[in-house]
Amino acid sequence: MKEKKVKAAASGGDKIEQIITKYQGDASSLIQLLLEIQRANRWLPHEALKKVSKELGVPLSQIQHIATFYKAFSLIPRGRHEVQVCLGTACHVRGGPRILDRVEEVLGIQAGQTTTDMKFTLETVNCLGCCALGPVMVVDGKYHGKIAPAKAEEVLKNYD
Amino acid sequence: MPRINSPAELEELRKGILSKRDPNKPCITLCSGTACHASGSEEVAVSIEEEIKKQGLSGKVDFRRTGCHGFCEKGPIIVIHPEKICYLQIEPKDIPEIVSQTIKGKKVVERLLYTDPGTNEKIIHEYEIPFYKNQKRLIFGSNGEIDPKSIDDYLALGGYSALAKALFKMTPEQVLAEVKKSNLRGRGGGGFPTGRKWEECRNAPGEIKYVIVNADEGDPGAYMDRSLLEGNPHSVLEGLIIGAYAIGSHEGYIYVRQEYPLAVENVGIAIEQAEKYGFLGENILGSGFDFTIKVHRGAGAFVSGESSALMTAIEGKVGEPRPKYIHTAVKGIWDRPSCLNNVETWATVPLIINNGADWFRGIGTEGSKGTKIFSLVGKVNNTGLVEVPMGMTLREIIFNVGGGIRGGKKFKAVQTGGPSGGVIPEKYIDLPIDFDELTKVGSMMGSGGMIVMDEDTCMVDTARYFLNFLADESCGKCVPCREGIRQMLKVLTNITKGKGKKGDIELLEELAEVTRDASLCALGRTAANPVMSTIHYFRDEYEAHIKEKRCPAYVCKELISYYIDPDKCQACMICLKQCPVGAIAGGKNQIHVIVQEKCIKCKTCFEVCPSRFNAVKKISGEPVPPPIPEEARIIARKSKEK
Repeated sequence: MKEKKVKAAASGGDKIEQIITKYQGDASSLIQLLLEIQRANRWLPHEALKKVSKELGVPLSQIQHIATFYKAFSLIPRGRHEVQVCLGTACHVRGGPRILDRVEEVLGIQAGQTTTDMKFTLETVNCLGCCALGPVMVVDGKYHGKIAPAKAEEVLKNYD
Repeated sequence: MPRINSPAELEELRKGILSKRDPNKPCITLCSGTACHASGSEEVAVSIEEEIKKQGLSGKVDFRRTGCHGFCEKGPIIVIHPEKICYLQIEPKDIPEIVSQTIKGKKVVERLLYTDPGTNEKIIHEYEIPFYKNQKRLIFGSNGEIDPKSIDDYLALGGYSALAKALFKMTPEQVLAEVKKSNLRGRGGGGFPTGRKWEECRNAPGEIKYVIVNADEGDPGAYMDRSLLEGNPHSVLEGLIIGAYAIGSHEGYIYVRQEYPLAVENVGIAIEQAEKYGFLGENILGSGFDFTIKVHRGAGAFVSGESSALMTAIEGKVGEPRPKYIHTAVKGIWDRPSCLNNVETWATVPLIINNGADWFRGIGTEGSKGTKIFSLVGKVNNTGLVEVPMGMTLREIIFNVGGGIRGGKKFKAVQTGGPSGGVIPEKYIDLPIDFDELTKVGSMMGSGGMIVMDEDTCMVDTARYFLNFLADESCGKCVPCREGIRQMLKVLTNITKGKGKKGDIELLEELAEVTRDASLCALGRTAANPVMSTIHYFRDEYEAHIKEKRCPAYVCKELISYYIDPDKCQACMICLKQCPVGAIAGGKNQIHVIVQEKCIKCKTCFEVCPSRFNAVKKISGEPVPPPIPEEARIIARKSKEK
């Protein structure tokens, strides 16, 4: 599963098809299946959910319920770079909210949104488990620890 | 890899592994847990491998990437065995020296050692560093010695011997009796006696039963389960298999957050290895007992860590809780008896089986036996994971193990139990920590998060923070939780914004009571704890916010202002240049003034003002002094005059 570092294809059709086939209509695997699609495609297109519904025999409404309930899923396309600002308790008391304020201002979006040029998607997370480094910002999996608001702004300039 | 068919074969295998290992051969262990990884341990690993080759030591020195050592503050960490020389905050550039000096020359590299902040003394060995010295690392200790991807490392330390003992020398009833006698209580939060839960599940009617590892660690600020599962996955598997044997279950699940990719990976590898050796699958160790494990990744919902919600999620549905008039031990996954325990609880089981219940009962307090891993984080010097015997006082944990408060600030409170817990003020600093004592002071053990707060932490803001978290995470199924949390959050937000009214505190108390009494699951029933405990111990802070519109800790943005003291400002331009919104007026030789209308209160000016000037002040509860007139702002500097 490690090789699935795929650029966001417009539809991701084949890949999604393969993932769905892999689970052989096992309805109890629904969440695991959606996680895989999310990972391969970085979001869950409506067409894909319809296919999953048909293959697993699970009503679309139930799939929508799951896709909106869990944080891991996105029903809209996501930006090329994922920015996560940790707001776990340790980061909160060490100034995490100030990092978020600055990043929101620099990117011109709120947490949970994607920039119009599809460059960044900004998210907050509730603890990444590296509290010693707080406050922490993660961009595309790279951790930037003990970060100051000005430094956060610097870091984001390195991405295109 | 041979399949093992009896305890004798297991001991043979262990002997074989040990015979190939020379205890005197130098071994470099490098912490590769998540925090050290984030601090660059992989780069260090690459350079260790290169350097060993370069200096012609291939085969003469072992190198191991291990799980979390716990001392995250000082990562990446290297420990060199057998002497246990400990080097901290290692960078790739330090490696050539370590290899040539310590491995080849048997000399210690002084500058990389731990320096005691009190005495300035350098400490060589890991076990002498106060952070480690004051702990009792029964469960977590092996983390630093084994490569989590190597089952042989686990076996070399005696791994799976408890399983062999349980399967061949004990009946399931005896295993159950031993765990009951040990008085082990669930490490995930509530502290329910593990043995009783097992017994209930064992006695429940039904052929098919499940055992589950709850690794859906969602408390913000707690990460011990992650480190255990990442660093020593076999210890969790071994505990689970023993539990399954006692309960009479043949299928197990590990429910782990997908946000923990390394834990998912390592536990997957561990299961594969255990299957190959015959610790999992059919006829385990030739005992006739069958057991298999599946990994289920959680998709990110705090409430799914609740037992009934977690089981619903395993069924592939939305992880919402249900009323538990009938325990999940009787009706859990697909309405079958299901026994769920936390990662740390399962990892404790092999120790109890190997050493006996009496040994375990010898550690801890009357009501809480054994040790507990805490994640000691926040405004403390030694952030990290610490394992201490139950009953250790807060003072010992925070000051002896944790090294005291950062930056010499004043200790204010410690928050335990995550969003379900409460704050414990300074007056209880000598409180012995166990399940019951924490509950008595209005908090709870929870999974073991311990967030240290200093004088700069606002208690109203802390309550608001947790309620905001819970408002996001409440599944909305029952009204008291959904609405109770929302309304409490609304009142708290108003207070932090300076819109607090008389009667707000009483309203919060009323809402808290109803939410606590009427909610469906533990999330709602404990949601009021952060509010109740902060009101109880820090009512004066609430009153300051409401009556004086003052935030005593200078945290709540709407209630504070920054002001540059004209008598102290030396017009150094630092704050002026760094202000992200250009809210500081002034220039060279011209005293700086904050334009209050533009200021976004980001605190940058306060932080960058050189301490020798100390000109930026925080103000709350009183008006900002008017800016000094333009003509008075010029600073005449003698040195500039010619």
